[in-house]
Amino acid sequence: MSVILKTEKLRVEYASRELSSGIKVALNGLDLEVRAGEVFGFLGPNGAGKTTTMNVLLGFVHATSGEARLFGVDVREPIARQRIGYLPELTYYYKFLTAEELLRFYARIFGIAREEADRRIDALLKLVELEHARSRSIKTYSKGMQQRVGLAQALINNPDLLILDEPTSGLDPLGRMKVREIIQRLKSEGKTVFFSSHELGEAETVCDRVAIISQGELKAQGKVSDLVAQYQCDLERLFLKLIGYQPQGAS
Amino acid sequence: MNNVMAISGIVVKELYRRKDFYVLFVLTALITLLLGSVSFFNDAKIVRYLKEVCLLLIWISSLVIAIGTAARQIPAERESRTIFPLLAKPVTRGQFIMGKFLGCWLACGVALAVFYLFFGVVSESRGGRNASSAELSSAAATVGTEAANQVDDHDHAGDGIEHHDEHAVLGHRSVVMNYVQALWLHWMMLGVVTAMVLLGSVVLSAPSVSVTISFIGIVGILLLGEHLNKVALRQPQPLQAILYTGYFLIPHLEWFDIRDRVIYDQPPIPFADGGLATLYAIAYTGLFLFLTWFVFRRKALTL
Ligand SMILES: Nc1ncnc2c1ncn2[C@@H]1O[C@H](COP(=O)(O)OP(=O)(O)O)[C@@H](O)[C@H]1O
Ligand SMILES: [Mg+2]
Repeated sequence: MSVILKTEKLRVEYASRELSSGIKVALNGLDLEVRAGEVFGFLGPNGAGKTTTMNVLLGFVHATSGEARLFGVDVREPIARQRIGYLPELTYYYKFLTAEELLRFYARIFGIAREEADRRIDALLKLVELEHARSRSIKTYSKGMQQRVGLAQALINNPDLLILDEPTSGLDPLGRMKVREIIQRLKSEGKTVFFSSHELGEAETVCDRVAIISQGELKAQGKVSDLVAQYQCDLERLFLKLIGYQPQGAS
Repeated sequence: MNNVMAISGIVVKELYRRKDFYVLFVLTALITLLLGSVSFFNDAKIVRYLKEVCLLLIWISSLVIAIGTAARQIPAERESRTIFPLLAKPVTRGQFIMGKFLGCWLACGVALAVFYLFFGVVSESRGGRNASSAELSSAAATVGTEAANQVDDHDHAGDGIEHHDEHAVLGHRSVVMNYVQALWLHWMMLGVVTAMVLLGSVVLSAPSVSVTISFIGIVGILLLGEHLNKVALRQPQPLQAILYTGYFLIPHLEWFDIRDRVIYDQPPIPFADGGLATLYAIAYTGLFLFLTWFVFRRKALTL
């Protein structure tokens, strides 16, 4: 199976005023491998380095050392981003545009022809259930609606790989359910989904494989069932164990 | 280029959906019209006075629009995080900068055209020169080459221009030419200003700081730039050398200010000079855009 997303010994340092060393190591030698057609859960507690990893993959932050590739192309090349869709963690879209205008703008960036863009915009607005609000400016949208616009823009180029940063955080149970449905639907269309989360239940239900990171380091990577068998406990226990949490009262 | 145009389209859209421009235009128009309705000077003087005030207001408004728009662009994209979904697409940082620049500059151009049209109508309707406001606007619409203007004049030969004597036709043409040149040079200057402010906004990421510093810097150049060499001569040595170097390095925005020619109906500037000024503006705009890209190129985009 072909590898679509790969990082090798990825290291990212941020300048830091608080630390005496002056640098904060956000990622330390991260090796990841995501294969075509799978749903990959990127799990870790807050501050583990999930967003940082995605920032490197999208070229927002340059790695201090190590390598990152998408479709075999170095992430520093803009062309690496032609076939991906990205949903940022918390984002606001141009408030003065309507959902339709926003999607048309992004379609233009991808060089999608007018009629094709119209067709996709209709389909996407239907998918994320925003047809009724398509010609309202985004500043009138609720948080959940904004998240759905985000999902629609991530899909505008019919990407082969989706990178979703905590797509369900901040949504109500129904909203989460819908996002999960969309992820499953994308998988059934043969797309690869790489998403970060700290919702273990969710990861367990939708992911083919997961990686667990903590403090910028990879703790485990593999099929959920394999990991569970290997460590002989459920994903939640495993997660807590790997991030170094000691249950109170135990041992 | 497609990406650059798409990004600039968003900048223009934002500008006309915000109210800043309309407010500035209405203010300028109101103040000018108010002054025009009070006649406490004799006629010849008041026209000049009106023109002077109106042009000054146009200059101030244009700088406010240019600086306000350009300084906000990149910091606002980062602050509202709209930059993330955009740069996650196959857009280079260079295209992003160019799109922002082009959008701001085109928007300034549209705003300027509206302001100058208003200025032309007001000053001519107050018994300025030979041009009627209708002729003026038709000429202003062809802000193209001299040749285009001549063709235009021939087309309209039937409706009125033939009645003027030779001198008056020339006079009319040079009045229009003055407006067109003033508008053109003003717009070129705003290109330099926009690029400079964009550079400031990637160096100093806080929007309010970058607006303030840009404004002080640009107004400083406009007011003091041409005197800097003379000021330098009066300073003790290390400072003198610094100020002198500064005099040669700063873009001399004041050279683009030909308001006096419009106010006092002086002959238009020669085309060669206008061309040189345009090249000068392009060189500085290019330099500032290059520096902006250079700083922004490898900047880590995080919050
Ligand atoms: N711009 C930055 N400057 C300094 N430290 C940062 C910056 N961005 C993130 N960090 C630090 O890097 C670590 C990883 O952050 P992040 O990747 O956002 O974690 P996650 O997305 O997994 O919650 C955190 O400790 C965070 O404080
Ligand atoms: Mg995060």
